[in-house]
Amino acid sequence: MTETTLVPSFTDEAKPPAGRKLAIICSKGNLDMAYPGLILGNAAVGEGIEVHLFLHLLGDGHDHHPALAQPQVQPLGNTAMHLPQAPTMPLPALMGAIPGVTKFATSMMRKQIADLDVPTVPEFLELMHESGVHLWACRMSFDMMQLNEADLYEGVEAVISASDFMEIAEGAQVIFI
Amino acid sequence: MPTTMIGRRPIDVNDEGFLTAYDQWDEELGATLAELIGLELTDRHWQVLRFLRADYAGRKETATLRRTSTLGGFGIKELFTLFPGKPAKKMAYVAGLPKPKGCV
Repeated sequence: MTETTLVPSFTDEAKPPAGRKLAIICSKGNLDMAYPGLILGNAAVGEGIEVHLFLHLLGDGHDHHPALAQPQVQPLGNTAMHLPQAPTMPLPALMGAIPGVTKFATSMMRKQIADLDVPTVPEFLELMHESGVHLWACRMSFDMMQLNEADLYEGVEAVISASDFMEIAEGAQVIFI
Repeated sequence: MPTTMIGRRPIDVNDEGFLTAYDQWDEELGATLAELIGLELTDRHWQVLRFLRADYAGRKETATLRRTSTLGGFGIKELFTLFPGKPAKKMAYVAGLPKPKGCV
């Protein structure tokens, strides 16, 4: 038996002296690649770390990027794709070219994600915003895709340039996804 | 598995100090645990803690923040206010439960 009471350490990471800060660059808009940044960022904020998400708004269509709506997954060229029931049997890459396969793979992946009680991408952004994660949209992709501020999820704090991001990310650990 | 004295009682904990025996916990101990990590418990804290205890009893797994929010009906913002810094871990500790395993 220990003499003193053993208590877990709950140091608030975002406060000095720890001051831990994380910046995640979310460069991809497909469903399978939208999630890693969201999951990591959400875990980090739950650990008391200051989190900034830099969203690049890239997707395979006008409304398929994380800050706007439901992204999709495209099996074409994605060699990691397989059906969950048959982990050793990869999905033939060419199947991704067949009309309807993207839709099928997307709805299947969404269902698997929902089965784990993981939120959809828009719900996830809302959850993170409420948790205090800072959401930033990339100026260049915003301009390229001819978006308006009204198109963005309201939790996005601002549309920022690459140099703005450098200022925000000062002293942060950076993850590029 | 270490044992530590909490409120004059020997309590089983893991290496980090999280409680390992569900039945050793009662609300008096919960109040002591909260004090140890600098939390002053309100009625709302207790509602969260009771939800966590009941949920764990049913599935032998600590609810994540997301589960506590969607199933327990507590706002995420509120949970961050009630248990600041590391809400999921603080909630689990005070409720005498293991750290949640889920990613979300």
